[in-house]
Amino acid sequence: MAKIRAALTVNGKKLNVDVDSQTSLLSVLRNDLDLTGTKYGCGEAQCGACTVLVDGQQTRSCVTPVGKVVNKQITTIEGLEKDGKLHPVQEAFVKADAMQCGYCTPGMIMASVALLNKNEQPTREQIVRHMDGNICRCGVYLRIIAAIQTAAEERRNAI
Amino acid sequence: MNDLPEVERYELAEDPLYHFTFDRRQFLKAFSAGIALLVPMSHLLAQEQGESGRGGFSRELPQEIGAWIHIDEHGSVVVYTGKVEFGQNIRTSLAQAVAEELHVPIATVRLVMGDTDLTPFDMGTFGSRTTPTMAPQLRKAAAAAREMLIALAAQQWQVAPDTVRLVDARFVSHDQTKSMTLADVAKGRKLIKTISPDVKTTPVEQWTIAGTSVPKVDARDFVTGRHKYTSDMRRDGMLYGAVVRPPKLNMTFESEGSATADVKNVQLVRDGNFLGLASLDQPFATRVAKSMTTRWKTSPDPQPDNATLFDYFRKNARDGRGRPVGSVAEGFSAADKTLEQTYTVAYIAHAPLEPRAAIAEYVDNKLTVWTGTQRPFGVRGELAEALHIPANRIRVIVPDTGSGYGGKHSGECAIEAARLAIATKKPVKVVWTREEEFTWAYFRPAGVIDVKTGVKNDGKITAWEFHNYNSGSSGIQLKYDIANQNIQFHDTKSPLRQGSYRGLAATANHFAREVHMDELAALVKLDPIEFRLKNIKDERLRAVLQAAATRFNWQRKPSDERRGYGVACGFEKGGYIATCAEVSVERRTGKVKLERIVEAFECGAIVNPVHLENQIEGAVVQAIGGALFESIQFANGSILNPRFKSYRVPRFSDVPPIEIVLVNQKDLPSAGAGETPIVGLAPAVSNAIFAAGGKRLRSLPLAPNGHQT
Repeated sequence: MAKIRAALTVNGKKLNVDVDSQTSLLSVLRNDLDLTGTKYGCGEAQCGACTVLVDGQQTRSCVTPVGKVVNKQITTIEGLEKDGKLHPVQEAFVKADAMQCGYCTPGMIMASVALLNKNEQPTREQIVRHMDGNICRCGVYLRIIAAIQTAAEERRNAI
Repeated sequence: MNDLPEVERYELAEDPLYHFTFDRRQFLKAFSAGIALLVPMSHLLAQEQGESGRGGFSRELPQEIGAWIHIDEHGSVVVYTGKVEFGQNIRTSLAQAVAEELHVPIATVRLVMGDTDLTPFDMGTFGSRTTPTMAPQLRKAAAAAREMLIALAAQQWQVAPDTVRLVDARFVSHDQTKSMTLADVAKGRKLIKTISPDVKTTPVEQWTIAGTSVPKVDARDFVTGRHKYTSDMRRDGMLYGAVVRPPKLNMTFESEGSATADVKNVQLVRDGNFLGLASLDQPFATRVAKSMTTRWKTSPDPQPDNATLFDYFRKNARDGRGRPVGSVAEGFSAADKTLEQTYTVAYIAHAPLEPRAAIAEYVDNKLTVWTGTQRPFGVRGELAEALHIPANRIRVIVPDTGSGYGGKHSGECAIEAARLAIATKKPVKVVWTREEEFTWAYFRPAGVIDVKTGVKNDGKITAWEFHNYNSGSSGIQLKYDIANQNIQFHDTKSPLRQGSYRGLAATANHFAREVHMDELAALVKLDPIEFRLKNIKDERLRAVLQAAATRFNWQRKPSDERRGYGVACGFEKGGYIATCAEVSVERRTGKVKLERIVEAFECGAIVNPVHLENQIEGAVVQAIGGALFESIQFANGSILNPRFKSYRVPRFSDVPPIEIVLVNQKDLPSAGAGETPIVGLAPAVSNAIFAAGGKRLRSLPLAPNGHQT
């Protein structure tokens, strides 16, 4: 495997990482950049714990070779909070008590942000369809749906 | 009520996973140099044997205030408990209890949890024991601390203690002219005083912090990704470990072989049946482990599979030890009708989203291990036993963990990391892959249950004979009022490694019992709820059953003939539960869909309504998996579905509207709520499928392919 110097933009910061191009983005984020908010859950894009945004699109970082995201905008859970202020989706998750162990929460939040970016006012059905690839083993699904609805509602009210 | 904690019989009976010898043949190999290094470990063996093994189940709790509560120099209240946080939100509920008794805002309370060097001994976080035992313990400690601190404040002011009040973390003098902070009084000193057994704690009706929906205390750390789970932590110079596993469960080590991958900078460690390696590069370590040409011996014993499992259980069964009540023979002769049926449940996996993880560090003859386990002190014992290190030189620390559901009682990953750390003299992190978690952890026991009963035409049950093979005895006892009973749990051999799972066997026993109750109701042509009420004297059980039925609107039968209602109720670990389910079954395809769930739950006085609801909701959702489609498939020593692709867990689209009815019994002590709410769903759904014109389903999972079988 060929080592490359990958030029990455993570949460607005430009970084260079020397890695095999086939190394997963998840591994680079966690092991090389210590951005551990993005979680390993299955390693095969089945659970969504590793979800990040690449150019605003929801992406499973565990099956994304780092070589594929060079020069793209990568946003992780650590990049949502701005100047000590939570992103509205983060805020909504806290309000709805939409977590138990919290391990799936970063992936859930990133998937929710991706959804609301492309569809500001999703129906319940659209939420379920979009989020169905994310597993919460504690079973907090109904609260997560409520949190997404709250975030959408607040966006509507803000306009 | 039985106050004895449940014995975790599976984990206790199990042989240790590794037999390390630390002998001179054990080697540490640096592949790049191709040199095998001998690492004598005999000094470890020579050391005195301290506490080891998995004993220590009954120990006196420390009675010093300072063992539980410390006021630091900034006036923060530091609370020490051996319990661990896995998502049950006890970090919040226990802080509520302490804040209440100490008269401080909840934000000033910080819990140190599951650290064997800092927290009092605790046998583990399981069996729904935190709320009924740890919360009262901490309340007493906090109340004693408050009294002591008030006395100290009074001394400082040279006034009588009863003229000083502690309000909102400030001491206030009688005339309100003087005030002091907690730090002013405690001055960082340890609170050395015995907790008086008759210290008064706040009665439930005066609770102002407990009993309210305090938000998760550190929710912000979770939504920002800042919280460090074990798998997120790192130590200076840390290596990533990986374990070379046999391809099948029934294989043991023969020879280590070599790696087919390019193996620069990897250290290989072999000891007995353990073969592991460590590298600075995590994906690389995993790749090399997978590439090893290790040779394994296959056990000659025949391996049961899913098809032969239940026969295997019966064949290897031992006699039960349950004491019969009355005479079932007489009960049967008094019956108008009898019914005999068999029910089964499959092995299922906990599949916690954070797989097993551990970081071990061996410095100055002291082993420190961070790991996600529900039994920090138990795992310390396992480490001591496996590594021949006295327990007093081992520290186990449990960061708040990515769930467990009873699946993280054991310390195999901690032992693996520790063995590698000792050999490499570096901190080592081991995180199991999803496949390892599905294959090498333990499962919820499968089981087969035979039920034979007699009933009068008026609906009175006269005889109850119940035999559970393998799944366990939790929840096996009746809350129905039946004069003649013979209830037996039969221990047997399990082909797969098995252990605790949320609710233990209460799920299996409630499934068999409550489906059987439905069949009996049909036999005597009574409404399932009316039939149950005829056989229940217990007021608390009647109350939850009626509460669920009322909210569900049980009387209004579904207008759509493809839809059916089902009910189940029960009792376990101090909690009373009733579940009603509405299900639709598509005639042509047999496709099953949950339409609506109502669950009523009563666990005494409610500590935190929103977190209680969250626990019940979560239990119901988790129960959907075991009820409808979760099942470990195995044959010839292999787990055939060790991934989320092939082992289906509940997802967003599986969850119907869930309504929860909380029955608050303020005059009764609070029981735990993490487990019992899981037991009602499977039988309620099976009964609803039957009512919807589907088949009578007596095996879990009910609809493995989304359809009834």
